[in-house]
Amino acid sequence: MALAIELTGITKRFPGVVANDDITLAVTAGEIHAICGENGAGKSTLMKILYGMQSPDEGTIEVGGRAVELASPAQAIELGIGMVHQHFMLADQLTVLENVILGAEPMLSFGRIDFAAGRAHLDEVGRAYGLDVNPDDLVETLEIGERQRVEIIKVLYRGARILILDEPTAVLVPQEVDELFRNMRELKAGGATILFIDHKLDEVLEIADTITVLRQGRTVGTVRPDEVTAGDLAEMMIGSELPTPDAGASTVTTEAALVITGLTVSDGERPVVDDVSLSVHRGEIVGIAGVEGNGQVELVNAIVGTETPQVGAITMLGHEVTHRSVRQRRDMGLSYVPQDRQRDGLLLGAPLWENTALGHQTKAPYSHGPWLDRSGMKERTGKVRSDFDVRTPSIDVAAHALSGGNQQKLIVGREMVAGPAVLIANHPTRGIDVGAQAAIWDDIKQARARGLATLLISADLDELIGLSDTILVMLRGRLVARLDPSEITPRDLGAHMTGAVAP
Amino acid sequence: MRSGLDRLPAWGRWMIYATIGVAVLTVVQGFDDTERLTAVTSSQAMLRWAVPIMLAGLGGLFSERAGVINIGLEGMLILGTWFGAWGAINYGGWWGLAIGVLGGALGGLVHAIATVSFGVDHIISGVAINVTAPGVTRFLSSEILADYDGGSITQSPRTPGVGRFTFPFLAGGDLFGWDTPDILGWFTRRDWFFVSDFTGLARGLMTQLSLTTMIAFALVPVCAWLIWRTRIGLRIRICGEHPVSGESQGINIYLYKYLAVIISGGLAGLGGAFMASPELSGIYLEGQTQGRGFIGLAALIFGNWRPAGIMAGALLFSYPFGVGLRDLDGSASHSLLLVNTIALAAVFVWALTKGRRVDAGLAAGLGLGAAVWYFTSSTVPDWWISILPFVIVLVVLVFFSQRLRMPRADGLPYRKGET
Amino acid sequence: MTASLTRRVVLASAAPLMALVIAVVLSSIVLLVSGSNPLEAYVDMIGHASKLETQVDILNRATPLYLSGVAAAIGFRMNLFNIGVEGQYLLAFLVAAHLGAQVELPAVLHVTFIMVVAMAVGGAFSGAAGVLKVTRGVNEVISTIMLNAVAISGLAAWLIVEWQAGGEISATGGRVGTQPIAASGLLSDINGLVETFTREITQGKKLTGVLLIAIAVGVLYNVGLNRTVFGFDLRASGANPFASHAGGVSPKRMVVTAMTLSGMVAGLVGMTELMNTGFYPSNPIAGLGFAGIAVALLGRNHPVGVALAALIFSFLDVSSGILQISGAASREIVVIMGGVIILTAVIAYEVMRRIREREEATAAAEAMAIDTGAAR
Repeated sequence: MALAIELTGITKRFPGVVANDDITLAVTAGEIHAICGENGAGKSTLMKILYGMQSPDEGTIEVGGRAVELASPAQAIELGIGMVHQHFMLADQLTVLENVILGAEPMLSFGRIDFAAGRAHLDEVGRAYGLDVNPDDLVETLEIGERQRVEIIKVLYRGARILILDEPTAVLVPQEVDELFRNMRELKAGGATILFIDHKLDEVLEIADTITVLRQGRTVGTVRPDEVTAGDLAEMMIGSELPTPDAGASTVTTEAALVITGLTVSDGERPVVDDVSLSVHRGEIVGIAGVEGNGQVELVNAIVGTETPQVGAITMLGHEVTHRSVRQRRDMGLSYVPQDRQRDGLLLGAPLWENTALGHQTKAPYSHGPWLDRSGMKERTGKVRSDFDVRTPSIDVAAHALSGGNQQKLIVGREMVAGPAVLIANHPTRGIDVGAQAAIWDDIKQARARGLATLLISADLDELIGLSDTILVMLRGRLVARLDPSEITPRDLGAHMTGAVAP
Repeated sequence: MRSGLDRLPAWGRWMIYATIGVAVLTVVQGFDDTERLTAVTSSQAMLRWAVPIMLAGLGGLFSERAGVINIGLEGMLILGTWFGAWGAINYGGWWGLAIGVLGGALGGLVHAIATVSFGVDHIISGVAINVTAPGVTRFLSSEILADYDGGSITQSPRTPGVGRFTFPFLAGGDLFGWDTPDILGWFTRRDWFFVSDFTGLARGLMTQLSLTTMIAFALVPVCAWLIWRTRIGLRIRICGEHPVSGESQGINIYLYKYLAVIISGGLAGLGGAFMASPELSGIYLEGQTQGRGFIGLAALIFGNWRPAGIMAGALLFSYPFGVGLRDLDGSASHSLLLVNTIALAAVFVWALTKGRRVDAGLAAGLGLGAAVWYFTSSTVPDWWISILPFVIVLVVLVFFSQRLRMPRADGLPYRKGET
Repeated sequence: MTASLTRRVVLASAAPLMALVIAVVLSSIVLLVSGSNPLEAYVDMIGHASKLETQVDILNRATPLYLSGVAAAIGFRMNLFNIGVEGQYLLAFLVAAHLGAQVELPAVLHVTFIMVVAMAVGGAFSGAAGVLKVTRGVNEVISTIMLNAVAISGLAAWLIVEWQAGGEISATGGRVGTQPIAASGLLSDINGLVETFTREITQGKKLTGVLLIAIAVGVLYNVGLNRTVFGFDLRASGANPFASHAGGVSPKRMVVTAMTLSGMVAGLVGMTELMNTGFYPSNPIAGLGFAGIAVALLGRNHPVGVALAALIFSFLDVSSGILQISGAASREIVVIMGGVIILTAVIAYEVMRRIREREEATAAAEAMAIDTGAAR
C-alpha cells in the first residue's frame, strides 16, 4: 500500500524542552493509525506539525509521496489533511453551518457567501457518513457528542482524506466511544486515512490497524494490534507497567465528616443539582461518576461555597455550613482541588510561594493577623516542593512556567499540607503524566489512611473504580445509583452514567 | 419560547418600537401642550446629531466583532474632526470626508498595532489613544491651522460641505427639475391627531437631507450585510468569537483583526469629519466631540453589537439633544421627564411579568423619581439635557446588561500558535 | 542576591527607558519636520527644569498626578479600569470646597474634615460603579465613562451654579467659584522644608503640603498591597477571580472595595489646587484623571514607578510653558511626547513580559529535564 504520510527525522524544540526528537512515522493510506504515548510524550506537537500549526526545526514531511512544507493549516487543508482538535474549535455563538464553511466558504459575487450551496454540501457530507446535525443550530445549544460530529463534518466538508483525531475519546463515555468508532470505520471504508491519538490502550487495540508509540518526544516503535498486549504497549509508553489506582484495604470510619441533605441548586430556570443527599465519612473516598454537565460542577461549587443552593443543607464536621463563606469553610478544614487548575486553582502570573498560600492566606504560617508572613510563605512552599516533588528551578518562578503535572502537584500539595478534614478532589489527575498521576493517587490514599474524608469527582472511570470506597452516579442533577466499586466494570458504570440502566 | 415580536426581522421590530415611541411622544405632547417633541426641527437635529454617534458605534461594531475592544473611538473621532476639516478646507467637502476617514483609520492602525501585534491590553491602548489624539490635533493646529485666515490653535476656518437632498414625492423634492408633490406634507398640514405628528416627523427626516447624512444611514444596512452575508464578515466575526478555531481553518486572524480595527477607525473618522462639516458645526473646534465616541460605544452596547440596534441607540441618545436645541426655556425637555416615567413604567410591567422583583422595584423607584420631578417643576436645567444620553445608557445597562450577548472573545488576547 | 536584584531593576527599567528614547527620537522627527530645532528645544526644557522654582512647579504638578495614578493603579491591581477618576476628583473637589467653606474648625480638624469629605465623595461615586458591576453586571469601563459625564457635565455643572459665591462676578462676567475656605482649612506650603534642604529661596513658588499626603498614600498603598492579607486578597482576586473565589476571596466584595478605595484616593487629586486657592473655580484643572491612567500604566502600578512616571509627565507639562516663551518649538510637542511615551511603554512592557515568561519556562523545563524519571 502507498504511504499517505511519511515523517522523517522530525525535531521540534521549545524553550528548554525537545518536544519531538528525531521522530519517524509512516502512515499507510486507508488505515487507522494510532499514536500512543502519555501526556507530554509529544503527540500533540507532532500532530500540530502535521497540520501546519507549528513548523518543525528539522526533518521532512511527505504527503502522498511528495515532500511538502507546511507553514499553515491552510496548506495542510489544501493537501487533504484535516484535524479534529481535543478542545473543540467551534464558535458557540455561530451556527453549525457558519462554523463548518469557515475558511472554505462557497462564494457568490461581491464577496457574498453562498449559504445555500454550503448547506447543500454539508447535508451531502453528513448523509454520506451518517453524521446527523442541523446546520442552523447555534453551536452553544449542542451536546458534546454533537459538537464532535460537527468537528468531523468540518474536516470532511473540506474534502480531507487524511483525518487527525486528537484524543477524541477523552470526553466520551464508553457508549459514545462505540458510536465514534462506528463513524471511524465508516470513514475508513470510504477510503479515508485516520490518525488517532489516544492513551487508553484497550481502545487503541480495538480500533487501530497500526500503532506507533511515542515516549519523551521519541518514537519507541510501530506495532500491529494483534502482535501486542496492553501490557506490552504500556511497557513501550512508560518503560514499565502502567500504574493502576488501588485504594487498598478500607479505612472507612463511622464518623461522618461531610453530610449533604436534599441539596438543590438552580441555574435560575431549573434545578441543575436536584435533591442530592450524600455523606462522606472520615477515612472514606466517595466517588461521583457522571457525564460532564450533569450537575457535578454545581454540586462541587455548592460544597466549596462559591455557589448558593436554593434548598438543602451542607454539614461539615457537625456544623451546618450551607450559608457560610468559602473562607469560613476552608478555615474549618475544607480543601479543594479544582477541575480546571489554571482557571480555578492558580494565579498563573504569580510566584509559586504566593500560589501555595492561596486559599490558606489567613492562617499560619502564611500570615499573622492582618500581616502576611513572606518568609513563612516561602518556607512552606519549599516544604510542598520537596514533599510533593514539584519540579521547579525555584519557588520564585511564576506558576505558568511549570508543566501541567507540576502545577497539579503544587495544588494537591498545598491542599494536603494544610491537614484538611474534608477534601473535594475534582478530576485531580486530568491531563497530567503518569508519574504525577501515581504520586497524586498516593497522596490521596495516605491522607485517607489518616482519616481524610474525600469526595472524588472524575471522568477517568478506572480512577474512580480503583480509588473509591463507594461510587455515586449523577445524571441530570440527581444521584441515580449507588455502586460498589469492587463489583463494577467501566462499561457497566458507563451504562449507568448515560441512563441506559434504569435506576 | 419566542414571542411573536421576536420572530420579526430586526428592522421590523425597530419599526414597531419607533411607532410606539412616536405614539407616546404625541400623547405626552398633547398632554403638555408643546410641539417640540415631534417637531421637524427636533427630528432633523436628532438625525444630524445621531450621525457621529452612529458612525462611532458602527466603528466599534467592526472592532469588537473582531474581538478588539475599542474605547479609543473618542480619539479616532477627534482625529476625524481635524483631518476632515483640514481636508475640506483644502480640497473640498467630499475630500474632507475621505481625509477624515484616513485620519481615523490612522488611529485605528495604531490601536491595531498595539493590541493585535503586541498584545497590549485593549483598554490601555484605547486610553493612550484618547489621551494622545487631542495632543496630535492641537500640535497640527498650531503648525497648520493657526496660519490660516480665520484659523487658530483651537479652531479652523469655516469648512465647505457637500450637497443636500429632499426625497421626491414623499417630501416634495425635485426630480430632474420636476417639483414633485409633497405627500407627507399634505398629511402634516391636515393636523390630524397622531397621523400628522407622525408624517411631520417622517417628512422632517426626508427634507433637505445632507448627502453625508444619507450616506451615514445607508452605511447601517451595508455594515449589516458586510458582517452577516460576506466572507470578510464571517471571518471578522470568527476573530471575535473563537480566533483559534479560525486559525485552525487556515484563516489569517491577524489580517482580519487589523482590517476590522482599521475600518473601525475609518468609520469613527468619518463621524468626526461629519462633525466638522457644515451639517453640524462647520468648523473644527477643539473639544467639539464632547465624548460622542464614548456615547457611540454606549450605542454599540445598547444595540447589542448589531447595526440596527446601534442606529436605534444613536437616535435615542441624540433625541434629547434634538429637542433641547431650540428649547430655550427647557419646557419641552421637561416633557421628556414624563416620557422617561412612561418608559420606566413599561420596564416595571415587563419586570413584573418576568418575575424579576428587583428590577421591578428599581424601575418603580426611578420612575417615581422622574414623575415627582416632572410634577414639581416646570422646566429642567440644561445640564440635565447634556447628561441625559449617559443616564439613559446607565439605566439601560442596569436593567439589561445580563441579556446582552457580546462576542465571546471580545477583549481577550490572541496570539498565533497558542491555544 | 544583589546580582539578581540588579538584574531585576535593569529588566524593570529597560522598558520605560526604551519608551523614553523612542519618544525623544519620534518627537525630534516631528520637530524637524515642522521646522524646529529639537536640540534647542531639549536644551531649553532641561535648562528650565534645573531651576529650583521650576522643580517646585514640577512637584506641585506631580502631586495630583501621583494621587490620580495611585487611584488608577488600585483599580488596575484588581483588574478593574476606573476610567472615572476624572469625574470623581472634580466632584469631590467641588463638594469638599463647598462644605469646607461652610464650617469653622480648628486647623488640623478643618483640613481633615475637607480631606475626609473629598475621599467620601470620590469613594462613593466610584464605589457605585463597583456596586453596579457586581449586582447588575455593568462593565465598569462603560459605567465609569458614563458617570464621568454625569459628574462633570451634570452634578458639578449644577452644583457650581447653586454654590457659587454670591455677588462675586469676575471681569469677564464669568462665575468665580465657590465661597473661599477659611485659612484654618488650608494646608500651609512646605517651603520651609525645601529651604532647609537646598538653602535656596523658592522665589515666590509654594511647594504644596499635599505632597506629604501623597507620599503617605504611596506608603500605605505599598504596605497595604504587599504586606497584608487584604492586599494579597486584592491582588489574587485581580489576577484570577475564579481561583481566588475558590480560595476564599469573594470577588464581588473585592470589586466594590477596590473601586471604593480607588475613588477615595481619586477624591484627593483636587486637594492640591484646593489647598492652594481655597475654592473651586469655574475652570478647575481638568484632565488629571485621564493623565493618572497614563501615569499608572507607565509606572507599572508600582508605588515608586508611579511616582517616577508622575514626575516625567509633570516635567513635560511644566516644560510646555518654557517652550512657548522661548519659541524653540511648539508647546504641543510635549503632549505628543507624552502620548508616544505611553504607547511605546505599554508595548515595551508587553515585550519584556514575554521575554521573562520565556526565560522562566526555559528554566522550569530545564529543572524538569535534570531529574526526569527520578521517583521520589
